[in-house]
Amino acid sequence: MIFLFPLKQGQYSIALVCMILGIMLAVQFRSTQDLQSSIPYQRLEDLTQRLAQTEKERDVLLKEVHKLREEIGAGILTPEMQLIKLGAGVVTVKGPGVVVTIDDSKRPTKPGENPNLYLIHDDDILRVINELRAAGCEAIAINDQRLIATSEIRCAGPTLSVNNTRYSPPYNITAIGDPQTLENALKMRGGVVETLQFWGIQVSIKKQEQVVVPAYKGVFKFEHAKPVKDGGKQ
Amino acid sequence: MILPIAGLIIGIYIGTMFPLRIPQEYAKFMSIAVLASLDSVFGGMRSAIEEKFDNQVFISGFFFNALLAAGLAYVGERLGIDLYYVALLAFGLRIFQNLAIIRRYFLKK
Repeated sequence: MIFLFPLKQGQYSIALVCMILGIMLAVQFRSTQDLQSSIPYQRLEDLTQRLAQTEKERDVLLKEVHKLREEIGAGILTPEMQLIKLGAGVVTVKGPGVVVTIDDSKRPTKPGENPNLYLIHDDDILRVINELRAAGCEAIAINDQRLIATSEIRCAGPTLSVNNTRYSPPYNITAIGDPQTLENALKMRGGVVETLQFWGIQVSIKKQEQVVVPAYKGVFKFEHAKPVKDGGKQ
Repeated sequence: MILPIAGLIIGIYIGTMFPLRIPQEYAKFMSIAVLASLDSVFGGMRSAIEEKFDNQVFISGFFFNALLAAGLAYVGERLGIDLYYVALLAFGLRIFQNLAIIRRYFLKK
């Protein structure tokens, strides 16, 4: 056999190098196995690029929508229309208010406990929003997404979906209204903040002289709802 | 020849036990480095058989070739040229050449 062939020189260095080669081969073999069992790298890169491109396109289109809408509105603007637009949430508004920041609990989960208890869920956010609205707040945005009549607040895996845009913690809720009233409503004894803090969820409320709530950037679509003429009688 | 094979087996054993993983994006460079090392080992064996073995040339060649090959592939990727294939071709050819010489020498004996 060739393997029993005696090497006259450099036995030891060849053996040493063979050992290093063996380590490299084993590591490479395992890495390649990992590679084959996961998504090909090329595909990953391709999809990332396409996602970035689509996002860029979306942003450009959104900007156009915004511009066109402003052009329409620029012509005639009666006080009544202004009011309707404010109510619909299609204009950026500013005023005194609060910024509520909510983040997941930093408390380590004890074994046997449900880790879900220490995460923020849609119903936690909804309760905060509800309390703010009850306290007379006039405009609310969650992480730059204006809440309008058809906005949803819903858990989407570990993220929160607002106006079909996903956000991960921390969530910034910006609300316009009387800062003192809003803060008191949230910090009521037995109220929403106390309940959340019981689970270690971090809630901070900052009163501000001026907060800006951005306009709703999406489009309105009415597929099923049709307006009724004749003063509400069918 | 028994000693190098024993070394190889020990190396594979260590590599299997060692919890080291190459990230996916660097697996390509590692593979070309492995090829370069393989070439060095066969080259070393050939020169040992021909009784022209030089320890310094062998050891330095082993590390230098592996690093150069991986570096070349990396630079190629940054520049958008597939220098990876250049190294692949060069080392592949040399492995076959070295093996052929070893085989002839063995057959002649």
